[in-house]
Amino acid sequence: MIEVAKLSKRYGDLSAIRDVSFTAQPGQILGFLGPNGAGKTTTMRIITGFMPATSGTVRVDGFDVFEQSAEVRRRIGYLPENPPLYNDMAAVPYLRFAAKLKGMGRSAIEDALERVVQTCGLGGVQSRLLGHLSKGFRQRVGLAQALIHDPPVLILDEPTIGLDPRQIIEIRSLIRTLGTQRTVVLSTHILPEVSQVCDKVVIINEGRVVLEDQLTNLTRTRSLEEVFIEAISRDTVDGARAATAAEEEA
Amino acid sequence: MRNVLTIAGREIRSYFASPVAYVLIAAYLALAGYFFYALITAFNTSLQIYSMMRNPEMLSRFNLNEMVIVPLLHNMAVLLIFIVPAITMRMFPEEKRSGTYELLLTSPVRVGEIVLGKFAGGLVLVLLMVGLSSFFGVLLLLYGNPEVPLMVAGYLGLALMAMAFLAIGTLISSFTDNVVIAYVGALFALLVLYTIGWLGETIQRAGAALIKYASITEHFQTLLKGIIDTRDLAYFVTVLVIGIFLTQRSVESVRWR
Repeated sequence: MIEVAKLSKRYGDLSAIRDVSFTAQPGQILGFLGPNGAGKTTTMRIITGFMPATSGTVRVDGFDVFEQSAEVRRRIGYLPENPPLYNDMAAVPYLRFAAKLKGMGRSAIEDALERVVQTCGLGGVQSRLLGHLSKGFRQRVGLAQALIHDPPVLILDEPTIGLDPRQIIEIRSLIRTLGTQRTVVLSTHILPEVSQVCDKVVIINEGRVVLEDQLTNLTRTRSLEEVFIEAISRDTVDGARAATAAEEEA
Repeated sequence: MRNVLTIAGREIRSYFASPVAYVLIAAYLALAGYFFYALITAFNTSLQIYSMMRNPEMLSRFNLNEMVIVPLLHNMAVLLIFIVPAITMRMFPEEKRSGTYELLLTSPVRVGEIVLGKFAGGLVLVLLMVGLSSFFGVLLLLYGNPEVPLMVAGYLGLALMAMAFLAIGTLISSFTDNVVIAYVGALFALLVLYTIGWLGETIQRAGAALIKYASITEHFQTLLKGIIDTRDLAYFVTVLVIGIFLTQRSVESVRWR
């Protein structure tokens, strides 16, 4: 379970996200949507403990990301936007390294390796150098790395980017299966993916959450595309208005 | 501890999986070999000249340690100033560039363990180089009669120096995501550390003692004389500890910003 409350991140004068709040329940796949530069990656990096927030809190399974960082990191599987691969390593040694980093025991590692090689379809490339793999395989090795310690919480930053249509279908169904027992946050800007995979939708625009609802509620009368466009354009109009008002005041 | 070994192991494998380690070792040994050859030749030539002059008093002053080993160790220390930054420059920048930094920092591993692991990986490579260069000492032992304790103390000095250099290089590499900056920054810092003693020789005021203490060459020279003094050992350990500690702070500072 992930509880994000009033999260803000500033870089000097630039505010990357402002007062972002949402929750993701176990057994639920949360689709995290937004245009490029909306703050998706920043939010995910804060949830995983990679960088701190300027203000606000994140709790993962009840543990505070900042105060009990190690506990949180043990529970999270994270696939960053660019899969974190060492190009001079082969797939299996790399996954073994990742498993050790996550604190797994020797015997558990071998079983886990077998499991992720199978679920992520890495059968043919186990001993290939990661630097020589195609984008699709790199993405899958990255996903395998996130799954290796069987974490209860998964944070996936655009997991299907660079995959071919068949792989996309495979990965989506894999994520669906994973999401039945885990808490999954999935960022993407492919809307059909959200309709197929997610239970809940959070839309973020210009650093603020503009919509948080169950997918079924949103798509009862309209398509997700319409909902998305309306959510982000309404916000932009509001934002523009607020900016003009602030200028006038000054 | 286990995490330190995991990270160090990956670091070492990455040095040897690419030609990096081999190129660095080969360059170091080839240049050191050239220095050794030049020093030995010079030693032989002057030995022959003085033998012809039949001056036993001059001849008795000829000393293999002073004329070959000490200058060789000095030259090898200078080589390390250029080579150690090439080892440390990739440590952090490469992780930051390739995105693997996110894997390290989001794993349940302490920052101190990451830093120690990286340092230990580099240390294996550096000590391997210093160890291989002890080949020259062995050659002298086989064909001459150097004073062994002096030689051992000298090589110990070189190893300690390499370790201190590595700690500084590691620190500077943690500041940046650019390998060129990491290399030049470390080179700059090591050259300053190596030459700061020159100031101590000209300045007469109170600062002189401090500068003399800060100079790594000063402590290296004591070891080259065959004196293993705890004050000098303490100096090298201090540089090492400060370097590692500041690296840990520097990496951790990502979490404060």
